[in-house]
Amino acid sequence: MSAYGLLPFRFLRFDDARTLVVNDVGEHLFLANDDFARFVRHELPTEGDVFLDLLAGHFAFDSGSLAPFELLATKYRTKKAFLDGFTSLHIFVVSLRCEHSCHYCQVSRVSSDRTRYDMSEATARRALDLVFQSPAPRLKIELQGGEPLLHFERVRQIVTDGRRRAEAAGREIEFVVTTNLALLDDEMLAFFREHGVFLSTSIDGPEALHNANRPRPGNDSHAKAVAGIRRAREALGHDGVAALMTTTRASLQSPEAIVGEYARLGFTSIFLRPLSPYGFARRSVRTTGYTMREFLDFYVRALDSILELNANGTYLAETYAQLLLTRMLTPFPTGYVDLQSPTGAGIGAVVYNYDGDVYASDESRMLAEMGDTRFRLGNVHRDSYPAIFGGDTLRRIIAASVAESIPGCADCAFLPWCGADPVHHYATTGDLVPHIPTSDFHEKNFFIIKHLLSLYERDAATRRILRSWVGQGIQEIRQERLHGKEVA
Amino acid sequence: VRLHEPARIAGIDQPIIGRVARTPLSSGQADAWLLAEGGRLPCDPSGYLGVLALGEPPPVSGMPIAHGLRQLGYLDDGDVVAVEPNGFVRVLYRRASPHNFILVTEQCNSLCLMCSQPPRAIDDSGRLGEHFRLIDLIDPSTEELGITGGEPTLFRDGFLELIARCRERLPSTALHVLTNGRLFFYRRFAEKLGRIAHPDLVLGIPLYSDIDSRHDHIVQAPGAFEETVIGLQNLDRYDVRVEIRVVLHALSIPRLPRLATFIARNFPFACHVALMGLEMFGLVHQHLSELWIDPADYQPQLRAAAGILCEAGMNVSIYNHQLCVLDRQLWPLARKSISDWKNVYLPECNGCSAIQQCGGFFQSGTKIRSAHIRAFNP
Repeated sequence: MSAYGLLPFRFLRFDDARTLVVNDVGEHLFLANDDFARFVRHELPTEGDVFLDLLAGHFAFDSGSLAPFELLATKYRTKKAFLDGFTSLHIFVVSLRCEHSCHYCQVSRVSSDRTRYDMSEATARRALDLVFQSPAPRLKIELQGGEPLLHFERVRQIVTDGRRRAEAAGREIEFVVTTNLALLDDEMLAFFREHGVFLSTSIDGPEALHNANRPRPGNDSHAKAVAGIRRAREALGHDGVAALMTTTRASLQSPEAIVGEYARLGFTSIFLRPLSPYGFARRSVRTTGYTMREFLDFYVRALDSILELNANGTYLAETYAQLLLTRMLTPFPTGYVDLQSPTGAGIGAVVYNYDGDVYASDESRMLAEMGDTRFRLGNVHRDSYPAIFGGDTLRRIIAASVAESIPGCADCAFLPWCGADPVHHYATTGDLVPHIPTSDFHEKNFFIIKHLLSLYERDAATRRILRSWVGQGIQEIRQERLHGKEVA
Repeated sequence: VRLHEPARIAGIDQPIIGRVARTPLSSGQADAWLLAEGGRLPCDPSGYLGVLALGEPPPVSGMPIAHGLRQLGYLDDGDVVAVEPNGFVRVLYRRASPHNFILVTEQCNSLCLMCSQPPRAIDDSGRLGEHFRLIDLIDPSTEELGITGGEPTLFRDGFLELIARCRERLPSTALHVLTNGRLFFYRRFAEKLGRIAHPDLVLGIPLYSDIDSRHDHIVQAPGAFEETVIGLQNLDRYDVRVEIRVVLHALSIPRLPRLATFIARNFPFACHVALMGLEMFGLVHQHLSELWIDPADYQPQLRAAAGILCEAGMNVSIYNHQLCVLDRQLWPLARKSISDWKNVYLPECNGCSAIQQCGGFFQSGTKIRSAHIRAFNP
């Protein structure tokens, strides 16, 4: 009889010498190939540290003790705790209008037709009714567009009304406005300051690249954004405004310059994002598009450049790496809705479009702009909360998004750190369930996770930098997950 | 500081617990021992529990008296003493001290190799009445009170009543309980403690290894690891705050960084992790060859473990270490943990520029010590 039993884990032949093992709750170990072979044959010596590491990491058990099972069960619940509160992120498209005409933009319109593309007061009120029916303990409302500052009246209404309702109900609420900052004025800033509203903006890189990606009348998008960032920091504090970048074909040649621009502007994080395959972006693939392989080459170069900055004393975290590393190195879940299993579409985040239609995700409404409304969950004026959030449309999306049951995902070593994105796979292949060997979603996540593991194992200095990114966000996560238990 | 002293007594046939009154009281005399000095009473003693006399007895009769005390001259208003029929005066509480504790029982269900307060297999359940009486007499403005043993949870419902009594009588006093947590393996027990909803309670629970057999060996109790880790989980389930305490010695050091990972992964809810140097008294002397490691020799493991815990966002403290044997990177985590009346410094410490920040040594623990003790020069 064997001296030990195996607990559920997945594995990957990581390189010529090592096998990676990852248990169901995302704890990992590297084993020499020989040790791995002996381990699964129940022949590993139980006195050695290799076995003890496996035992303590809950890859094996060697007695009738309940401890490993109880601990695993708790850790599994913790990892899936993003499901606890149901929908917490509520996105309002306050206007589809924008004065930018970005090549990669998915949906926005340059138009002065306010009645056609702006969210009405009644629609916003009905959407807020739905927000406050969500059981989530912490609510977050993101106001986006188009350019939401073109319809500031609605922004003002949603924030004041949302804040008032939250106070009346004793609930926590947070507001973020996603804006290009070009139209930011003092009155808006004073309002954001008064109501504790955060700003999220776009910086694609140095001025020439940014302006090429993001045309607007006057060709001054970069200057406007930089001025807006400076004023927003003065009014709201340095962390009151964050930035995201979108990678275009033109970006691929200049990862170092893009990273340098973020450092120069004093940001502490940069989110290296590929183009989304939707909307207008898909049509202009020849001018802005590229393959996933090209993006990943770009990502690696940009990450190297970021690591070098950190090594030289400038703290700058890459947001996607930070997210994945937090999943890999801590017991906590993260809130990123595009990488959950089941997906966060609808049950983690939801979109209220300008016309009152409700979508399971931003991608779902972009698909609708292209004429495919299959991910429309309902309309704020016509449908009830149970019909929207408990209806067949959302159920079908969720049912197709349990990575644990997706062929190719179910036995992947990276599963506990990854997720599913049925809407993305539908948009790119016409099927909610991915075909893993040809999925760009898989290509991206598998590559980046493996690359991060290699970096983490490479040397102590790199490991320290990567850990510092996890550490940066950990207090906030701990507070959210542990409900302030440690506040003495 | 002596906490007990034999006295000459009269009129005492059972233990009498009371507050000390050095200054005459306008109310509450029935709960107080009137303190007399130099044979003189500060006021008329009638109505008081009795008279406690430093030195010569004052002229009193018809009431309990304990006299001839020399070492307890520090006693002051609000302190609490027990006077035993055998003549012993025990100080149960000193209002001026930040280190008061209730030693609930001397029994324990573990027998840790390095126990500084070896348990005794005696039935001392009779102590509970004394503890309740003490809680009633403690000044409610006391900031912190320790609950210790032995293993204080062994009285089960008695332990719960004790915590409930503290909540009722001392609602603004923080309680710090030292327990091995094993009985919280039983979910109902954890639930009952959680239901008391004490507003400022922390259970300090030791965990010595990430491997069950190693922990069980160190605490000399098979199955203890299983009970403790499930106990920790149950306590969290019922919102009882826990602190994890790790004693550093030759048996815990080799896997210390792995233990840190284990704690960060499995008990992220712990409000504090204390990494503690070995205290050189009690059972440790019997197991010295198995336990001793010079702290200077385990700094890499300590640094790694502290780093893992800090990066995981946990509150970490290092106790019982002299700064000269502690890696300088770890100094911000070092706490002067040795009670001010227990700590001493050595001749080597003379002229050390860091002595103000350094906790020094336990009075009783200077013989076996690091070979690397030295003074920092200014």
